[in-house]
Amino acid sequence: MTTMEHTLGASIARLESRAKVTGTARYAAEYVTDDALYAWPVPAGIARGEITAVHTEAAMTDPAVVVVLTHQNAPRLHPVEDRTLTLLQSSHIAHRGQYIALAVATSLEAARSAAGAVLVQYKADHHDVVLAEDHPGLYMPEEIDGLWPGTREHGDFDTVYATAEIRTDAVYTTPPMHNHPMEPHAATALWDGDALTVYDSNQGSVTVQHTLAQLFGIDAGQVRVVSEHVGGGFGSKGTARPHVVLAAMAARVVGRPVKLAVPRNHMPAVVGHRAPTIQRIRIGAGRDGCIQALAHEVVTCTSMVGRFVEAAALPSRVMYIAPNSRTAHRVTRLDIPAPSWMRAPGECPGMFALESAIDELAYVCGIDPVELRIRNDPQVEPDSGLPFSSRHLTECLREGARRFGWHERDPSPGTRYEGRLLIGSGVAASMYPVVILPSRAEVRADPDGHYWVRVNATDIGTGARTVLAQIAADALTAPLGYVHISIGSTDLPEAPLAGGSSGTASWGWAVHNACVRLRGLIEHSGGSVPAGGLSVSADTTEDVKSGQEYARCAFGAQFAEVQVDTDTAEVRLRRLTGVFAAGRILNARTARSQFIGGMTMGLSMALMEGSTMDPEFGDYAERDFASYHVAVCADVPAIEAHWIDEEDPHLNPMHSKGIGEIGIVGTAAAVANAVHHATGVRVRTLPIRPDTLLPHFA
Amino acid sequence: MKTFRYERPADPAAAVTLVAGTPGARYLAGGTNLVDLMKLGVETPELLVDVSRLPFGEVEETDTGGLRIGAAVRGSRLAAHLLVRERYPALSQALLSGASAQLRNAATIGGNLLQRTRCLYFQDVSKPCNKRRPGSGCPAREGAHRDLAVLGASEHCIATNTSDLAVALAALDATVHLTGPAGVRSLPLTDLYRLPGDEPERDTVLRHGELITSVELPPPPHSARSRAPLMVYRKVRDRASYAFALVSVAAVLDVRDAAVHEVRLAFGGLAARPWRAREAEQALQGRPATEEAFVEAVRTELSACRPLRENGYKLALAERLAVAVLADLAGQG
Repeated sequence: MTTMEHTLGASIARLESRAKVTGTARYAAEYVTDDALYAWPVPAGIARGEITAVHTEAAMTDPAVVVVLTHQNAPRLHPVEDRTLTLLQSSHIAHRGQYIALAVATSLEAARSAAGAVLVQYKADHHDVVLAEDHPGLYMPEEIDGLWPGTREHGDFDTVYATAEIRTDAVYTTPPMHNHPMEPHAATALWDGDALTVYDSNQGSVTVQHTLAQLFGIDAGQVRVVSEHVGGGFGSKGTARPHVVLAAMAARVVGRPVKLAVPRNHMPAVVGHRAPTIQRIRIGAGRDGCIQALAHEVVTCTSMVGRFVEAAALPSRVMYIAPNSRTAHRVTRLDIPAPSWMRAPGECPGMFALESAIDELAYVCGIDPVELRIRNDPQVEPDSGLPFSSRHLTECLREGARRFGWHERDPSPGTRYEGRLLIGSGVAASMYPVVILPSRAEVRADPDGHYWVRVNATDIGTGARTVLAQIAADALTAPLGYVHISIGSTDLPEAPLAGGSSGTASWGWAVHNACVRLRGLIEHSGGSVPAGGLSVSADTTEDVKSGQEYARCAFGAQFAEVQVDTDTAEVRLRRLTGVFAAGRILNARTARSQFIGGMTMGLSMALMEGSTMDPEFGDYAERDFASYHVAVCADVPAIEAHWIDEEDPHLNPMHSKGIGEIGIVGTAAAVANAVHHATGVRVRTLPIRPDTLLPHFA
Repeated sequence: MKTFRYERPADPAAAVTLVAGTPGARYLAGGTNLVDLMKLGVETPELLVDVSRLPFGEVEETDTGGLRIGAAVRGSRLAAHLLVRERYPALSQALLSGASAQLRNAATIGGNLLQRTRCLYFQDVSKPCNKRRPGSGCPAREGAHRDLAVLGASEHCIATNTSDLAVALAALDATVHLTGPAGVRSLPLTDLYRLPGDEPERDTVLRHGELITSVELPPPPHSARSRAPLMVYRKVRDRASYAFALVSVAAVLDVRDAAVHEVRLAFGGLAARPWRAREAEQALQGRPATEEAFVEAVRTELSACRPLRENGYKLALAERLAVAVLADLAGQG
């Protein structure tokens, strides 16, 4: 047997790539069972009020329709914390688009048609759906997303800011945004007595399993959730969503398997989204650009059915030296669909504001924005006072500047013409915290040299399956081809979700531990595996408690060059360079995809992405890919991701930090800062579209 | 989606008879818009008559040196056609600026001209829309209308026509040939479309059963100095590809002795039809080809704009775009 010493870190193609491109990889809605029925949900047509009557007679006239479930005939569910999941339980409507009925039929077409024929009468109440800085319902939440305190104060911000030599004060706003993974939320559900099996598209099947068990009043052991391939989630599949509850409910009622795939144009209302933010940032600094006072105050909204608060001020607790600081959130409840996680919740919108404000400070001080960031790079985390386990922001900034050719840049804004185009470049920092959750894993060795790894990880398209096999191969000192990995099922050892960029570290630690111990066992038995094979399982519940004495984050720096057409005010990206310090990179190929995928999503946020809340109806106006714009290939001419070698022993045995989210953090600010450099116009409201810049070109 | 019948008649006369005899019938060509609308419940035809294989698939030079384009020609094929690229480059540019490669491979010229508005309310059957359900109201006026019309709209409808092709054809003085229950007829392309008025449900002047068979272009204009026709299509959009025009311009300009000898100008994204800027053209005829003259002429044309809360930017954008395009063409002459 040859030993491959460098499996970890190598550019390995996804193990399932062939299955995916040839269509043999099965997604949740593709588990065909002979007698499966199809379900199509009915969305509420008002934003707040009560259902006064539901007429399903017309929908039931088609013999293909098996049942139409409403709050009047649906089985009772047990309460769970997420109130968007107690579906069809009451006549109350908390937001437009909330699912209020479900048509189940022998064909997708019949179900869809029946859903359209359900007649609902309402008593509509006045709805309140628009966030404003002075919304009367604003309150200060104790906790924000991630269970962080809503407000933190250090020193005396007001006094120090008032007397600072340099002061900046600006408001930045980000619109609502939608995750829109390529694969819509989907599930196939079937019951066998009191045992439920669901094939579901999610980011972590264990939470889905427990939530379903609670809702249907059965033991978690009776619920099996299979999520072998998932076509993206970006946070919107982090927990159970309405589709899987409805599919399971319908399957229970009809006694047959039921499939439900959420239609794309329903998604903006039922699977979460990034809440809009209004962020005021005030910085007091010396003429040397050193920050003495920093306030980051966030106004945002949540729904009547959830408690999610976008933690946009979090980055200001981590990024820069600020002896006097205030980071605070205010939130109001609106009659809107429930906001939730979207790739780098908190950090992503928060860093747009903070990194724009830092650029503004650099201009006011007349200091290069790379240099200004380096001057304010702290030794310990400003909020917690903990030392960083590793922090290479300065190195990322310097390496990025070198690769991008930043030193040749003339800082004066609005001066570089190429014909009718204005050219500019901008920089911003990236940051995402390290999250590691307890996980279990199991590995078995066979006498023929093959290894079987089992862990309920979820591969949402990131390459998790592949990198876990690499971790196993490395720990076993076995060739990758001898490592077989099973993920994506609650039949496997329990593992946490793919979220918070925690997956690889969490699952990988358990896989690593199991494999190292197995290798020890094999070595102990003279290097051979007995006929019955050898099995080892690991549980990292105790292991993950280590390292808490450090502040642990990945950092990065992004450099953007844009062109702005002075006739039409169209902004187009020319190139984008990211340099990241994220511990050890475990698979160069899939890591690069993660980074540039995040950066591309950040570019979309900067220039085109955003949903419009329709005040009359209380829903988001853009509900398809023709109207909800994300970057297409033509928008991304040159994008590069690099990383610096970072050795950090305080993380996990692989020495890795999560990389799923950091790529989107900071991109929008880098682009907006480049727009300022190109045009002299400081845009503080995203996205930056022709109508944003046009008034400045008159 | 409502159940429908599907027919593929062998010849145009049979197709016309089928549609004319069925009130709820629709012609089907590439289906890239109609099928989407059927899925959304916006269109609920009882009969689809497939005309994509009728003998309208040719691109031919006419006796006068113009071009006749069959209605069933696919967008990608026309964009790549040598005669189009040589003589009518603006037409090729317009086609290539629309949709995606996949859609252009499927969508036909006739279907492109008859695509429906992408107004978000028109496409959402849970909301009122005068175009979809006459008399139900127009929430776009107060709602999401950043993409919608600033010219020729009515209190009943502010939808825009989203065809790039139609804008180029309007500037190129194209004629549309039709066949129908009452025989054949021809119309200038600019007369094919209607403004909404109090009948926003009618996009065009087509009568039920009428079918576009071809589009004819007169010979291309030639500038005094060069054989290459001076024309361009330029589109402003929110991303580099696969987005409808915020505003677009198709322009043909022939400058002789520093004066405007011939000019044709059309806007997209401003109205329910491609907006041929006749007033601007008249104002420029014989005038010095200067930026000042272009600005003045375009402002005259756009003085009829009636912007709403979110779409006022289109006025400035259309002016800047048109002036830039004309100045650019004048510079090339």
